[in-house]
Formats: sequence, structure tokens, C-alpha cells
Amino acid sequence: MASMPIAVDRAEKFEKVCGILKRYACRPSGLIPILQAIQHEYQYLPEEVLTYVATSLDVPPARVFGVATFYAHFALEPKGKHVIRICDGTACHVKQSLPVLDALREKLGTSEKCKTTADMLFTVETVACLGACGLAPVIIVDEQVYGQITPERAVALVDEIQAQEAMLATASATEQPSAEESHA
Amino acid sequence: MPNAEPLTSVSGHVNGSSTLAQVRRVIICAGTGCMANGAMKVFEQFKSEIASSGLRVILELRAEATSDEIRLSKSGCQGFCQMGPLVSVVPDGILYTKVRSEDVAEIVQQTLAGDQVVERLLYKDPSTRKSCRGLEDNPFYSRQDRLVLRECGFLDPEDIREYILHGGYQAARKAFVEMSPEEICKKITDSGLRGRGGGGFPTGRKWDAARIQNSAKKYVICNGDEGDPGAFMNRSVMEGNPHSVIEGMMIAARAIGANEMLVYVRAEYPLAVERMRRAVADAEREGILGKNVFGTGLAVKCEVMEGAGAFVCGEETAMIASIEGQRGMPRPKPPFPAQSGLWGKPTIINNVETLAHVSRILNVGPEVFRSIGTKDSPGTKTFALTGHVSNTGLVEVPFGTTLREIVYNIGGGVTDDAGKIWKTGFKAVQIGGPSGGCLTEDHLDLPLAYESLRSVGAMVGSGGLVAMNQGTCMVSIARFFMEFTQRESCGKCVLCREGTRQLLALLDDVIEGQADANTLDLLEKLGHAVQVGSLCGLGKTAPNPVLSTLRYFRKEYEEHIFEKRCRTGRCKALLSPEINEVKCKGCGLCIKACPTQAITGEKKQPHHINPELCIKCGACATACKIQAIEGI
Repeated sequence: MASMPIAVDRAEKFEKVCGILKRYACRPSGLIPILQAIQHEYQYLPEEVLTYVATSLDVPPARVFGVATFYAHFALEPKGKHVIRICDGTACHVKQSLPVLDALREKLGTSEKCKTTADMLFTVETVACLGACGLAPVIIVDEQVYGQITPERAVALVDEIQAQEAMLATASATEQPSAEESHA
Repeated sequence: MPNAEPLTSVSGHVNGSSTLAQVRRVIICAGTGCMANGAMKVFEQFKSEIASSGLRVILELRAEATSDEIRLSKSGCQGFCQMGPLVSVVPDGILYTKVRSEDVAEIVQQTLAGDQVVERLLYKDPSTRKSCRGLEDNPFYSRQDRLVLRECGFLDPEDIREYILHGGYQAARKAFVEMSPEEICKKITDSGLRGRGGGGFPTGRKWDAARIQNSAKKYVICNGDEGDPGAFMNRSVMEGNPHSVIEGMMIAARAIGANEMLVYVRAEYPLAVERMRRAVADAEREGILGKNVFGTGLAVKCEVMEGAGAFVCGEETAMIASIEGQRGMPRPKPPFPAQSGLWGKPTIINNVETLAHVSRILNVGPEVFRSIGTKDSPGTKTFALTGHVSNTGLVEVPFGTTLREIVYNIGGGVTDDAGKIWKTGFKAVQIGGPSGGCLTEDHLDLPLAYESLRSVGAMVGSGGLVAMNQGTCMVSIARFFMEFTQRESCGKCVLCREGTRQLLALLDDVIEGQADANTLDLLEKLGHAVQVGSLCGLGKTAPNPVLSTLRYFRKEYEEHIFEKRCRTGRCKALLSPEINEVKCKGCGLCIKACPTQAITGEKKQPHHINPELCIKCGACATACKIQAIEGI
């Protein structure tokens, strides 16, 4: 019961997390769906949120971190605005998915260890089979599936997104000069 | 019987299947593959084109549909993903392939208004160059026995009424109203149905084991965690005919006396999750699932849970741990889940494809089910045919079909990397994914069944079939699978955790030219040790790809080790680029391209590569305009 005041205090900060926890009635058995819902909200699992979840479910933080690190879908670090996932299933692999991965990494300067670009615009990662093997090799850019992809087409897709981002940046810079200044 | 009413209200006053057959339908495949290629745009285009052409279009299935109406509907995956988006017109029996929204106006005018076929959108058989009008003359389809998959390409997966009109949920009704749990288990046992998820355990026996347990609470779990990279039949069934899975689960629930069911779907399949959830909600709304199933007073509820990305969760006990909110780690058996499973209660876990067969067995009887397939492996099995074949997609054939039939007749033959037919290109087929093994040319006439595959060191597994051409390095393929299982090992058993890591390191040695005469011996010994010393299926089967490639392609390993040569040129470290002195004109382009200054030579004189400095990047070969650089 000693943890109650802390939980209430944090509740203000973590309103959305509280809603999620409530939906699963704070049952430890719902840990995986709870983490999935939190990741859906934040795009990743912030450390302080995980500790908060552990307290609320009345389980040791090690249990929550254990689960969060076990499953490939949970990310403990924030991802870029655009997520590019390259399928590395067998069918894609034999149809040369690695050159696509290499081309994207070279284009964006990411690597196996450092998957997200410094400007937080792109994350390049591999995923286990997406089940679209008939279209191999496959990549997914922001949930849109592209089949029979080549390194050239993949790079062209990134070019497109970069051009859109550049337009957005100039548009917001002209619309909100004050905000830009205050940042500077 | 208030809850039996919805079934009759839809199918009571009309003969369901005949209505479905009479209405002219345009069916747009809305599986993951076709959606990725723009099937929804095609669908929208059809809606507006049909409307503006003056024909009457209906989107909702109605029992009183008249013959001059055209029903426009989406279907689940039709299996021929590579040729998508697919559009079929029934009952005309036309299948259009690679349909773009620009083509829709022509289809509406020619086919729907004018009863003509649009030739250019038909599938052309690459070997005979003949156009195929529909499924009957298309070798990809005509040589299959599509029992589980057929409805995936016909019914609207988002419309429960279609499923019901097509005779759906009648088997579940029969199971609840007319049959005892013993009778159901006996029928399934008699049919000889075996688990389609890999193990091949007799389904009826599994159910019986759970049925005899004395417990007020029991569970039925549908295993939709299709983790094998290269297999997607479960995805297709969940996306294309989710109600058949629910019906199979309901029959299982009745057979063992369970009142809670759970579908565990892989998170990589968002569309399957969405359609399963919708199907459950629809079945609840229609009163098929609920507190009083078919008026029997029995309650059955169903939940859908998304996995979180762990291959090992395909293993029964690991899946149970995952559902309980734990790390997905397997535990020793016995006790088997049928005795003590989810929350310690008797639980049966069946694969999606297994469950999709169940309602048909009750409808047609075990004898008809047994009439195809082999004695020990009755029925059909869906294989996901991918890799270097002309027609990739889902192939449902009776057990006992040969590899040759699948690869050459249904698959249309082996292709090169550019997708052109390569008559002598067949090298191997990897069956059963990371747990399976490879089959060679010698196995082309082997009838595919559980026992026959085991005898040659492979397994049916989930049914992934990856064809590989002569340009594929078998050591690299073994390494690919080993990397996968090593990454996915949960870490519980030392031999699986450390053994797969060492196997991977040994394979890396072979690929990088660091291996010696002992390496192959070590690979074999360690492989057998991992098989023996692991608890679950993942570890027990993890060395299979290495052991089977060693068995059938030992020569290729030896070339890597003793001759430091990869015959396919895929292993970069073993390449030894040389400049052909006769061809080389001494232009200097390669010198400029080389990032490590490994190339030297006078102008207009043949150049040389210094192997000490060369990093085998291939930049010189790309730069050379006359292909004078060889061996890379």
C-alpha cells in the first residue's frame, strides 16, 4: 500500500498508460497486450513507463523488462519517423533481399547496431517473414508493402520521402517562423 | 432454440450455395500480396465503373438477389500472389491477373457488359505460351486439390453471411446438437487427420487426451504463430476464411468440453489479426459464439491475441507461457498441455490449417477425407512454394504428391535470378523452413508425406517449400537458417543457446575460408549434440539444415574448405578476382574505382590486382566496360 501515493502521483503523467492498464484490469497475465498497447501509443517502450507498469501490476520490474526484451516486437529505443522494414524470410533471402538492405543502409548511413538516422527521420530494420513470399523480396515502408523490390527502387522510395520531408520542413519554417526562432 | 435462428434466417428459405453460384460475381483478391499491389484501388475502380456503365452492382449479399445484378466482392488470398492483383469473374470462370485500375473499364465493358474475354489480362503459361482463361486450364490451379484454400478465393472473409450461406457452421451445429464429444473425437481419429503445423501428431488422439481429463475448465488454442520464414498458408486461411478456423475451434471445444478459445496470431500479420477479430465479433453477433451455443445451453467464447515476435512461441508450451504474460520459453513435457496447459488446465493447441480441415471432415465423413492422400498421411497439405520457380504461391495438394509435380508442373519450372525459365537450373528445395532439410534432384520423385520426408532427413514442417537454382550456395543457405535459429533460440537449454552460436561460427569459418579438415566433423558432432540436448522442437530441429546440406552437398562444403572456392561466387571472401590480360586494354577505369589501391598497371598495358590489398568489393568489375575482370 505504501506505493499508492507514488502511483497516483505518476498517474497524471501517464494518463494514457493508466487507461491501457485499466483496460486490462491491471492483470499481470495481460502484460504482453499491455506492452503492445503502450508501444502503439509511444512507438516504443520508454524505461520509466515500464517501471510504472511493473508497480501497477505489482510484479518485479525484472519481469516486465524480461518480457519486453524477449520479444522482437518490443523496442526499447525510439524509432525514426519513417520505419523501413526489410523482410529477411527465406523466400526474400534467396531472391536477394540483402543487397536491398545494404543499399538502404548505405543511403541512410545506418547499420546493424545503429538502426535509426541521427535526424530521427528513418529507421531501417530487418524483420522475420512477413508472409508475402509470393512477392519476394519485400519491404515495408510505413506499413505500406512493396513487393519485388530492387535496391534502386528502394533508394528511390527513400528519395521520395526525403523530398516530402524537405517540403514539409520548408513549409513549417515559413508558416511558423516564431517557433523556429525560439528553437534556435 | 433462439440461437440457432440466425443460421436459418440466412440459409433457411433459400438454398445457400445455389444462390451464391447463380449471382454473377466479380471477386477481387484482397490478400496481403494483392493489397500490396493495389487491389483496393482496383476494387474502388470497379465500383464506380460498374455503376457508371448502367449495370446494377450490389456490395451486400442478399438472399433475394436477381440475375441481372453483379455482386462485387473481396476475397481472401487466392494463392497466386506473384500474379496479383487477381480478379475473377464467376460463374464465367475467368481469372484476370496483374489487373491495374486502368484495366477496369475494359473488363467492365468487354466482360461484364459484352461477355467477351480481355485476352491480354489472362495468365500466360510460360512453358507453353498459352493463355489460360480461368482456373481449369491454368496449370498452377488445375493440378491442385484445393479443399482448404478454395473458399479463401471465393467467399468474402468479412461477411459471415456468405460463409453461412455456403454451408458454414453446419458442422459446428451438428457437433453441438447431434453428436457426443466421444463421437466427434472418433470421427477425427478415424479420418487420420494429423497436425499440419509440423509435428504431424494425430489430431483425434490429442483431442481424446484432453477430453478424458476431469476438469471444469478447458481451453482450445489455435496456433496462428506461423513463424517459419517462407510459409504463409496460415496467414492466407486466417485472412481468407477466418470462420472456417473458428468453426474448427468450436468443434474442438465441443469435443473436449472447453468453453474458452483463443487464437494466437503472429503480429507480423496485421490483416489476419483484423479479420480474425472481425470474424469473432460477427460470430458473437449472430449468436454462433456466446452463452447458449445452438440452443444447447453450452457457452463458448473466443479471444484473439497478437503475438509479439518470437519464433519459439510456435512451440506449444512456449505459446502457453506467452499467453500467460511470460517470456515465451518452453517447459518439459509431460505433462502435456492436454493434461495441464494454459493456467494448469487441460488445453489443446491446433494449427490453423488443421482446424480448417475439421468442419469438412464432419460434413463429408472420415472416409471421403481419407480418400485422398496416403494411408499414413491422409488428406491434403498446403505448401508455400517460393524461391526460384516461375509460379510462386500457395499450393494445396494431396499428401503423396511428388516434388517434381509441384516444382515443374504447378510451379512451372525453375528460374534464374532474372525470373526466366532455366531448364537445367534445379539444385535443391528447402522444405519445412529452419527446422527442415533440403531435398535434391534425387528426391524429385519422392512422394511427399510425413514418414517419407523423415526418412530422408527432412520434414513436412509448416510446409514452406523454397526452390533454389544452381546459383544458390548451399553453405550460405545453411548459414542463413542457422543465423535465424540462433537468433530465435530462447536461451533455456545450453546446447541450443551455445550450440547454435558455435554452429554459426563454424559455418562462418567455412564461408570465409578459415575452416580446416576438422570443421566438417565438428559441425556434424555438434549438430547431433544440439539435437539430443535441447528440450523443444526449435533446438531439436535447429541443426537440420546444416546436417542435411552436409549430407547432400558435402562436396560444396569441401570445395569451400580445401579449394577455397565457392562455385556460385556468392561467398565473397573466397573470390579471387583476376584481370584477363588478353582482354584488358589498360584504360585505368578499374584503378580509379578501386578503394584500396590494389590495382596497378601502366596505361594501355594489362593491369594487375594485388591479392594482399584486394578486399573483393567488386568495384573494379562494375567499372570495367569490357568485362576483363574475372572471378568476381
